[in-house]
Amino acid sequence: MAITHEEVRRVAALARLRLAPEEIERLAADLSHILDAFTRLQTLDTTGIAPTAHAEDVVLPLRPDEVVNPPADEALLAGAPDRRERRFRVPRIIE
Amino acid sequence: MIALHELTLREAAARVRRREISATELTRAALARITAVEPGLGAFLTVCEPEALAAAAATDRALAAGADPGPLAGVPIALKDNICTAGVRTTAGSRILERFVPAYDATVAARLRAAGAIFVGKCNCDEFAMGSSTENSALGVTRNPWDPERVPGGSSGGSAAAVAARECYAALGTDTGGSIRLPAGFCGVVGLKPTYGRVSRWGVIAYASSLDQVGPITRNVADAALVLAAIAGHDPRDATSAPRPLPPLDDLAAGVGGLRLGLPREYFVEGMQPAVDAAVRAAVRVLEGLGAAVEPVSLPHTEYAVATYYLIATAEASSNLARYDGVRYGLRAPAASLGEMYEATRAAGFGAEVKRRIMLGTYALSKGYYDAWYVKAQQVRTLIRHDFDAVFARCDALVTPVAPTTAFRRGERTADPLTMYLSDIFTISVNLAGLPALVLPCGVDGGGLPIGLQVIGRPFDEATVLRAAAAYEHATDWHAPRPPI
Amino acid sequence: MEAVIGLEVHAELLTRSKIFCGCSAAFGAPPDTNVCPVCLGMPGVLPVLNRRVVEFAIRAGLATHCRIAPRSVFARKNYFYPDLPKGYQISMYELPLCTGGHLDVLVDGVARRIGLTRIHMEEDTGKSVHDADDGGSLVDFNRSGVPLLEIVSEPDLRTPAEAGVYLRTLRSILQYLEICDGNMEEGSFRCDANVSVRPRGETAFGVKVEVKNMNSFRAVEKALAFEIARQNEAVAAGERLRQETRLWDADREETRSMRAKEHADDYRYFPEPDLAPLVVDPAWVEEVRATMPELPGPRRERFERSYGLSSYDADVLTQRKDVADYFEAGVQAGAAPKEMANWTATEVLRLVREEKLDAALVIRDWPITAAQVASLARLVQAGTITRSTAKGLLPRLRGTGRDPAELVASEGLAQVSDRGALERAVAEALAANPAQVAEYRAGKEKVLGFLVGQVMRASGGKANPQLVQELLRAALAEEAP
Repeated sequence: MAITHEEVRRVAALARLRLAPEEIERLAADLSHILDAFTRLQTLDTTGIAPTAHAEDVVLPLRPDEVVNPPADEALLAGAPDRRERRFRVPRIIE
Repeated sequence: MIALHELTLREAAARVRRREISATELTRAALARITAVEPGLGAFLTVCEPEALAAAAATDRALAAGADPGPLAGVPIALKDNICTAGVRTTAGSRILERFVPAYDATVAARLRAAGAIFVGKCNCDEFAMGSSTENSALGVTRNPWDPERVPGGSSGGSAAAVAARECYAALGTDTGGSIRLPAGFCGVVGLKPTYGRVSRWGVIAYASSLDQVGPITRNVADAALVLAAIAGHDPRDATSAPRPLPPLDDLAAGVGGLRLGLPREYFVEGMQPAVDAAVRAAVRVLEGLGAAVEPVSLPHTEYAVATYYLIATAEASSNLARYDGVRYGLRAPAASLGEMYEATRAAGFGAEVKRRIMLGTYALSKGYYDAWYVKAQQVRTLIRHDFDAVFARCDALVTPVAPTTAFRRGERTADPLTMYLSDIFTISVNLAGLPALVLPCGVDGGGLPIGLQVIGRPFDEATVLRAAAAYEHATDWHAPRPPI
Repeated sequence: MEAVIGLEVHAELLTRSKIFCGCSAAFGAPPDTNVCPVCLGMPGVLPVLNRRVVEFAIRAGLATHCRIAPRSVFARKNYFYPDLPKGYQISMYELPLCTGGHLDVLVDGVARRIGLTRIHMEEDTGKSVHDADDGGSLVDFNRSGVPLLEIVSEPDLRTPAEAGVYLRTLRSILQYLEICDGNMEEGSFRCDANVSVRPRGETAFGVKVEVKNMNSFRAVEKALAFEIARQNEAVAAGERLRQETRLWDADREETRSMRAKEHADDYRYFPEPDLAPLVVDPAWVEEVRATMPELPGPRRERFERSYGLSSYDADVLTQRKDVADYFEAGVQAGAAPKEMANWTATEVLRLVREEKLDAALVIRDWPITAAQVASLARLVQAGTITRSTAKGLLPRLRGTGRDPAELVASEGLAQVSDRGALERAVAEALAANPAQVAEYRAGKEKVLGFLVGQVMRASGGKANPQLVQELLRAALAEEAP
């Protein structure tokens, strides 16, 4: 399972991670090594086996449609790196 | 007279309730102990001295007024730093949350407060609970109390080290693939990972949502039961928390007579440290001697567990960690454009292992690889669950080592991620199947390092796990030795 | 060439609270007030599903003849955007709640059945605005976590007009169900389109272009027309079309290629681990079914059948449930259906539009009640008052709740049908207008209308117009030389 530098860059772009050249090098090697070991999964025949997404078989609980939260106070917004009054500021979003 | 910090949690709580000691005295003693040992240990990222003393004073006032301040009244407890605490910074061991102060308590934190516990601080951990040695913390080094050159295990290394070093009477950890049990084993204390759904995950910073579970780390089995009782139970804010009450845990002394214990052959592997193998086998003989019926069993898909776990956990993590984007809280790297803001923030905020797991998980979910890796892993997860179902049709609990070795040296496994991942080989299947499991000390190796025994139970049967562990603990002295620190 | 159009509608649901947390879903709060750790995507928080969202989705599914899945699965759609707090949107993917439905629409009087691929629940994002100060963007998370239904049609639509009718019909149904207010300008009813063209008779699809940013029904129709023309021209010129997303520019009236997003649409959907599969008991579906209102299509047909209304009138009256209810309340109160239909479709709806009452999902404060209109209609039917008296009364009845019959009695507005009095008025009118009389007698019968008007005016509008006409004809015939 050789993971190419190109592949690493594609995945890093999806994950919004900026990687230095040496990190790309290292991750290509690490991921190749890890996925090599994990190819053993491919030797198992799982035809007809239902995937498990949740560890338990619980029924999804539903909550009543009630407004229980008070308007947000300052403490909730205080950690924002950049704000204009109550709004969160980011560099310009370009459509 | 026994030093206050040497008391068990149960005894400390009882003395406070009888008003033989005050919550303030107990808290001051814990804070003094922390001050004394922290420089050589590094279990804490944040010590909450003023908050703890204020809480203790309030408890003392309540006691004086004749109120019942709860079963853990006045007892100093620590929390892993991925558990949110209102007004106290919660970092998950990451640069990206280094200055994050939640406005809310995790449900487990709120429940411990309601039970009267005093929070003395927040414990170090691998960044976002991703690691087996606590070496992936971006914010500090935690040493093993038995040997400062060795790791405390991870990811709840700070919690286990703090309890082993008598800095607090209990600590909460989280366990996604062994993160309570491995450090408990490495530090010679008791660690309990409850059944998935037994304890609320609300306010616990997610690593892998379908695997994460909060549990206690204590110095003995009875204390673990006490803390579990305080934190367990349905939480309407966590849709995965089970709407079933924890049964009473008061028959811990019922013994193991008549219990059928399985010994999975896949957990006694080639290359295991001989002292570990010997200690666990000796422990099994002790349990047999106490009346348990032991039989060899097989969990045939165990060899696929590491791959299955690391694909599922990292896939979920890649999504769970997308919220750390520099917009609403946490670190933001200076940037001229939006794209740069994301990439620079996440590059600066996440450590190497977190990046590696985000990359692996993103890859496993990405176009063209989803079926081959992610869905495949979910199917094998089903097979692993079926293995346990089959075995639990015959056995009441399983007994295994917690890890193939005792605590390893710092830096020993950091070069090769796969070697580090294999540290979890005996713990991760339990998370994939959502089972309860407890680790307690069952010996020491030639270097005097603790060896952990793991007891695995049926879903929601923490009671049997605790009962078996209590019987073993009662019959042996392996919980008695205290680390040199 | 023919166009192939599929529409994807996002409808904000009228629940009190958000889909996964107990914050208010109300519109119009100051920025970042209706927010909590959950809808801000803070560390450690978890979603808990709002029951009413599921109920609303079932309603929409039943109204569009979908299969309601007994087990459906929430999934995470992963992408980065500043208005998306968790870096993923909780949506549904492989196993949505509703599948395989259809919508019957009437396009220029011709019935068409448009397939519905799926309806699923998901959370809305926050809203970003441009920061005038320094060119940055500002994000407000009040809308983050407001429940949405995504309603996806099959590529069954062929013309912009069909798309328009489909959208209006769908909106009308959601409004009937009282689950969405359908306001396109405020964004509570949004539409994206997939458009391709192919030679007529071809069954394979052409290259699909997604069109976004259409903020009104008109915009949808214009954007589709533009895009179809653009694609046809490109094909005719032998160009290869690109699969892309284009934005409708309402000012320039054209679609523009969106800057190609890097690593576009690898959303890495996977089952939401924080939410177990949603299990919907058949009994719940039946419970919801029992509360379903009669929908616009069947109601329109019933209005034609039972009340003898024209298909046009029936359509106008059934587009809104409250209007249809109003009409039927008047009929119930004794108005003749056609009379009531006229009053409702013209006078009442004019007032409603003037006062912008149709902005509300359900009009509760009508300017005049259905009972008042029914009473007016009855007075006209019985010949007690003239239609013009009735119209004149309308403004005076607004907001009073008074019975028009009582007003007519107390103010002596009843129609004058006294033959003697009217004969005198007719004689006066003929005497005062000899030129018109002469014209009439010369065969210009249209002049009769003028003379009727003169008599009516002289009576203050109260004269019985039929009788006036009769008397005029008689008088003109009599005096002929």
